[in-house]
Amino acid sequence: MQVFAFYVLTILTLASALVVVTHRNPVVSAVALAFNLVSIAGFYILLGAQFIGLLQVIVYAGAIMVLILFVIMLLNLSEEVQPHPAGTFQRVLAPAATLVFAIVLGRALWRGAPSSFPPAAEGFGTAAVLGRELFTRYYYPFEVISLLLVVAMVGAVLLAKRKLT
Amino acid sequence: MDVTGVLIAFGKIFIVFNALMGAVAFMTWVERRVSGIIQYRLGPNRVGPWGLLQPIADGIKFIQKKDILPDDAYKPFYILAPALAVVPALFAFVVIPFGPEVVLFGRKVSLVILDMDGGLLWGFAATALGVYALVLAGWASRSKFSLMGGLRSSAQMISYELPLALSIASVVLMAGTLRPTEIVAQQAGWIHHWYIFRGFPLLGFLLFTIAGYAETNRVPFDLPEAEGELVAGYHTEYSGMRFAAFFMAEYVNMMTSSALGVTLFLGGWQLGFPVPLEGWPLWILQILAFVVKVAFFQFLFVWVRWTLPRFRYDQLMNLGWKGLFPLSLVNLATTAVLVTLNLNVAR
Repeated sequence: MQVFAFYVLTILTLASALVVVTHRNPVVSAVALAFNLVSIAGFYILLGAQFIGLLQVIVYAGAIMVLILFVIMLLNLSEEVQPHPAGTFQRVLAPAATLVFAIVLGRALWRGAPSSFPPAAEGFGTAAVLGRELFTRYYYPFEVISLLLVVAMVGAVLLAKRKLT
Repeated sequence: MDVTGVLIAFGKIFIVFNALMGAVAFMTWVERRVSGIIQYRLGPNRVGPWGLLQPIADGIKFIQKKDILPDDAYKPFYILAPALAVVPALFAFVVIPFGPEVVLFGRKVSLVILDMDGGLLWGFAATALGVYALVLAGWASRSKFSLMGGLRSSAQMISYELPLALSIASVVLMAGTLRPTEIVAQQAGWIHHWYIFRGFPLLGFLLFTIAGYAETNRVPFDLPEAEGELVAGYHTEYSGMRFAAFFMAEYVNMMTSSALGVTLFLGGWQLGFPVPLEGWPLWILQILAFVVKVAFFQFLFVWVRWTLPRFRYDQLMNLGWKGLFPLSLVNLATTAVLVTLNLNVAR
């Protein structure tokens, strides 16, 4: 049952990811990305991390992707008829990035998966355990991230409001 | 998994689905009759006794109507959008406990379809996905009215999800759990144990209700369809059963929103006072209590719709970001302080 769900999710994730990068219509790409995020949430739930999985749907698929769709629709982007001409940067960087990714992937495949995993801790993936970890062990990284978000917010306001009255 | 367990699970789904669909049909009748009374006219009263068969006549009419696919529409999304509207709306109802734990065929059965640890989040995730239907319908129709409706709905949903989530968070703070069945269990006993009276009294409930109206696109927040300015908004181009699907989704969303509000703030299926009964008489009374509370919420939806005028778009955004959002933060902070000081314990 779980193996079956895994394969279904894998196919859905890979197919929607392919649509994201290959489709010419930006709205279709955005919707495919939302679909992709939901299927990744399925993986989280399959791994027992229910809380993260549901948050993934609420935050990424439910809020962020809707905003991206909103912007695409506002800009009224049309379908791409011709492929973009590649710049010098892309010509150099794209093969390099592909190579790095291939090495990482090859290494992971070469090593293979470990044959056994330690059993998950008690209450793994629930909101209670996650909250406790966030506010004890990962307290400082957590606070730093919230600071980062505040900085991003101030930056966005500054960019949107050129003239400060 | 044994056979009886599977059968009971299917039975629960069957009952909830049909009750929901029946209630939706009934609500379309209630809406028109009540609006008739409010506006000093009759409303539909010809088909069947008191016009009760009107929803069935409507259903037959919808099926007979020609299904129009606009030439310019982006077909895959145009066809997908109505289904995307109904399915998440139904999904959210899965985690709502509609009755206590009963004994059926000699085994304990909890009257909720899916009793999971993060149940509230599940409901929230499902409703969060509902916005795609509106946005995609608006975009795929390739009509300016539809597009405006779709754009409005995405902005509105994002703005009002925040106060909604924060008002839910205040209840979660008091309950200390995300499991709906446990939240209901904690509201047992007398009526002052309900979460509407705990924490910052009434404020959380008020915020939830207002944000819920915005999330379900009901008057006074029906800007995405605003017939006075946008013809019919995001579903302008739809006809026949596809239009009916959007219509149905709106009512199912109202049901879910009501049921969620009842579960969080009004004690779910709890009666609000002790009764000297046990076994099935008590359980049936409790299920009835849930139905009555949801019905009250539904009536409120209708009442508000035919009493208040629509907001202007800037007023809607101002209310969301400058009114409800700060208020919900105050509500959450107050609740957090009360919980830390151990003052929210109902006595």
